[in-house]
Amino acid sequence: MKRLVMIVLAAGLAVTACGGGQTATSGQQRVPVTVFAAASLNNVFTRLEPQFEAANPGADLRFNFGGSSDLAQQIVHGAPADVFASANEAQMKVVQNEGKVTGTPEPFVTNVLTIVVPVGNPKNIHSFADLAKPGVTEVVCAAQVPCGAATKKIEKDTNITLSPASEEQDVLAVLSKVQAGVADAGLVYVTDARSAGGKVQEINFPEATKAVNVYPIAAIKDAPHTELAQAFVTFIHSPTAQQQFASAGFGAA
Amino acid sequence: MLWLPALMAFALIVLPVIGLVVRAPWSRFGALVTSPSALAALELSLRTAAVSTLLCVLLGGPLAAVLARGTLPGLRLLRSVVLLPLVLPPVVGGLALLYLLGVSGFAGYVLDVAFGVRVPFTTTAVILAQTFVAMPFLVVSLEGALRTGEQRYESIAATLGARPWTVFRRITVPLVLPGLGSGTVLSFARCLGEFGATIAFAGSLQGVTRTLPLEVYLQREVDADGAIALSLLLVVVAIVVIVVGRPRSAEGLR
Repeated sequence: MKRLVMIVLAAGLAVTACGGGQTATSGQQRVPVTVFAAASLNNVFTRLEPQFEAANPGADLRFNFGGSSDLAQQIVHGAPADVFASANEAQMKVVQNEGKVTGTPEPFVTNVLTIVVPVGNPKNIHSFADLAKPGVTEVVCAAQVPCGAATKKIEKDTNITLSPASEEQDVLAVLSKVQAGVADAGLVYVTDARSAGGKVQEINFPEATKAVNVYPIAAIKDAPHTELAQAFVTFIHSPTAQQQFASAGFGAA
Repeated sequence: MLWLPALMAFALIVLPVIGLVVRAPWSRFGALVTSPSALAALELSLRTAAVSTLLCVLLGGPLAAVLARGTLPGLRLLRSVVLLPLVLPPVVGGLALLYLLGVSGFAGYVLDVAFGVRVPFTTTAVILAQTFVAMPFLVVSLEGALRTGEQRYESIAATLGARPWTVFRRITVPLVLPGLGSGTVLSFARCLGEFGATIAFAGSLQGVTRTLPLEVYLQREVDADGAIALSLLLVVVAIVVIVVGRPRSAEGLR
């Protein structure tokens, strides 16, 4: 018994020691700033990290990327977030309604849908209406998630009803099914299509502007590091950051 | 000496379920689990799991027999290969199926060109994914029973003049029945819980490919209460499966 307790304690100590080692790097105390951000922000936020840390010495940015609704739930359940950047206003509302937000969340970028097809566009798709053609296997997001809600809105506005082969959980699932060639076309955000590189072909359609997705960002109340959290929010609105967002395909808020 | 870790292990299994029960939206429970999308998912789950389990028995049974009684060289390697779906993350299994049976996969291409059959995004894809992940449960349980089941009894029966069919019916089947039973129950349970391979290979469409676990995952996006209610529904179904199937099969010989 004694031995078992010792083992458990030793294991616990080892884990804590590892955790502690990460915060205290090279003698200088760097303050971790934890940013919970929508998965679609992964590329740009990661690219912006060194710039923010250079401008704010002592700050150590840490990202938790995921689906906005997952992140919102985590924050509501007490995850130690300093900043929340959501891919839609609804999930920011969830966090706000729980009284977890400092000030008012501010929109910082927008995103619209685009059609993606396998390279070479085998089914000859050139418009939103082409998706409804017989013989086209299209894959979209489920209406419960933001990209699916946007899809539904466009369907309603254009009076074109799609009969998708699958309603996926997120854009990445849609993208991977188009990449794998099992779907003839899919609807994802412009930024997702760009980040897929040349593995899929992007077909923009004018009706996309009928469903613009707005990304809000806010510092979290009672955040461990309020000042740096606010600094990050300000930084995201700066011209330097906005330029990076634009080159990734995001629209201005 | 053992009771403390044993208690901790038990608590780890039971407490999360209690957490779910405590948090459950009981006032809306009935409405949440009888919504059209929930019922469609439950029906699809039970239907596909039943077919998949049947496939596991029909195909996995003979495979277990070959593995247990066969004399082929390389049988040990074969036995490890059969375990692959058990150790592989299900989503990897789903991707593997996708790249085999998708239009760009070689089997998928042949099926499409020769027969005009496309497997992904169909209920058949759900069944294939479930059978893939559940097969090892049946094979392992049944093979164990076949190997420990006394072959001596079979030889003795034969020397006493029993015909092979009689030996199979009167000796072999009763001896392996518990193993077959527990294997079937485990396979069915595994099919019901299947998520990763299904979402990767079959997609998610109400009434066609969106089984109960997929519905739970999607509901979570809009309504946490709905997801909890559906989770409890899965817990109840799982408990029913274990209670009905387990005692007779796994402990029947005692």
